[in-house]
Amino acid sequence: MWPRRHALRALGASLALPALTPAFAQFRVEIRGVGGTQIPIALGRFRDEDRQPQSISAVVRADLERSGVFKVVDAPAPVDENGLPDYNTLRSRGADWVVGGSASRLADGRVDVRFRLWDVVKGADQGGQSEPSQPADLRLAAHHISDLVYQKVTGERGVFSTRIAYVTKGGGRFTLRIADADGAGIVPALIDNEPIISPAWSPDGSELAFVTFHDKKAKVVIRNVRTGASREVAAFRGSNSAPAFSPDGRTLAVTLSKDGGSHVYLMDRSGGNVRRVTESTGIDTEARFSPDGASLYFVSDRGGGPQIYRQAVAGGGATRVTYNGSYNISPAISPDGKWLAYINRGDGFKLMVMNLATGEAASVSDTNDDESPSFAPNGRYIIYATKAGGRDVLMVTTADGKFKSTLVESGLDIREPVWGPFGR
Amino acid sequence: MIKKSGKMLLALASVAVVAGCASPTKLDKPVEVEKKDVTSQTTTTQPSGDTVASTDMSSKPVVPITLDRVIYFDFDSYAVKDEFRPIVEAHARLLKGNSGAKEVAEGHTDERGGSEYNLALGQKRAEAVVQQMKVLGVGDSQLEAVSYGKERPAVDGHDEAAWAKNRRVELRSK
Repeated sequence: MWPRRHALRALGASLALPALTPAFAQFRVEIRGVGGTQIPIALGRFRDEDRQPQSISAVVRADLERSGVFKVVDAPAPVDENGLPDYNTLRSRGADWVVGGSASRLADGRVDVRFRLWDVVKGADQGGQSEPSQPADLRLAAHHISDLVYQKVTGERGVFSTRIAYVTKGGGRFTLRIADADGAGIVPALIDNEPIISPAWSPDGSELAFVTFHDKKAKVVIRNVRTGASREVAAFRGSNSAPAFSPDGRTLAVTLSKDGGSHVYLMDRSGGNVRRVTESTGIDTEARFSPDGASLYFVSDRGGGPQIYRQAVAGGGATRVTYNGSYNISPAISPDGKWLAYINRGDGFKLMVMNLATGEAASVSDTNDDESPSFAPNGRYIIYATKAGGRDVLMVTTADGKFKSTLVESGLDIREPVWGPFGR
Repeated sequence: MIKKSGKMLLALASVAVVAGCASPTKLDKPVEVEKKDVTSQTTTTQPSGDTVASTDMSSKPVVPITLDRVIYFDFDSYAVKDEFRPIVEAHARLLKGNSGAKEVAEGHTDERGGSEYNLALGQKRAEAVVQQMKVLGVGDSQLEAVSYGKERPAVDGHDEAAWAKNRRVELRSK
């Protein structure tokens, strides 16, 4: 289940599916890899969904297929949330689960999106839900269904309704974009002629901290995603960069050069109470909080080349975490605190995942220009930027490296992806 | 998100309603958002509040690079090479002769590696140039070292010839 050094070689087959995303999405989603233990689930059209502006079952189907966990089989006959599935026929088609539902227009103009999940093996109703939604929010309602199905079947929370943020570069412009986790619903949150790097979500998903060069130098800004209200929180002399929110959202770790060199500082989320936390004569940067908020992982070249270190937020010495290779950067910590994703420079730049308990690390990518890993909030997936087939892409891999999907935005350099939190 | 105050939920609910309308009319009365469980379990109401604000700041023209203010660096190096000493000295003289003048040393790296680590490497190059100018007697307040990391290559290209032109510090007046 988790990374093993030769996991990728074991992948005998691979397949590429055509895009299932609707016309307005600029992303193309391609799926590669086949999990050995995909769960067969039957899904048919939802009653009345063809009368709505968005097909619910198409979004749910794409979500489940992209997860790598499910193999979607066509339901023998559509069933809504009040129906009774034909268990015998479903069993004969190899389906272990079946999802049915409806999307009916309410008198107030909203659409009541309903679904129910049945366990075909047990022949048992597993519950369902009704979510009256604005017509513009039907994709989100469908993602909520995917989340609940995923959770009921796997026991883990789904991340289909979460968002990602990333930066594109093209036509002399840098654009901070926010999209649904499936690459649909892309919104250009901020467009500038100057670079934008290092977006970081607040734990509640309401804000993004990032580095802007709008004033011809690196400053850290926090932006309210919904209103666009922005405030500079670090604009000291020199460069201000690498923001990361603490798990409670109250503290920001940043890299400042105001005292010479690049070092990690903590500040209140308002920008006040600035205090230095790393001490070295070299570079300290890219700090990330451990999920318990007690430690910082960061990159330092204090020992020569850049390596990842860990240090208590309360102070004290730093412990080196990465030893393999001369260049290890861009730490990302899994939500359970057990795994470290980072980029190793060897022949190329490769995404690695380390078991922090054992120190064992394995490559989970099959590309050579990997950058900026970020864990999904359920810890199951890592998103990163890379080049594949001569194009700049965002890649989503399961944390064990076995299953990958590619998000492509045509004609643009695409980078700095970061996965938002649960709770949308 | 779920545990936010009722006030926040109402605010988000009204935003969700606005977002769902064709025209952004403000509604005085927030519409109740419900999420009913058909198996009769109660789930928390969770409005989407799903708008994302957009801002376009891309109106300013890009400042062109002035070539005689550029100091180039070897791979993985922060040492100002002797051949660029005259540039540093000329700028130091200019600043010393005009205490009101200010300059920024802007560090850059080639495209290889992470954006944040490269930002720190570019900063280190810029600080090396500033340090030399201070040794030559320029006041601290007249100089600022900043970095663009790998974000602003002078030359496009993915080979050593391009990389060598991108590992640089640019001096510009502030």
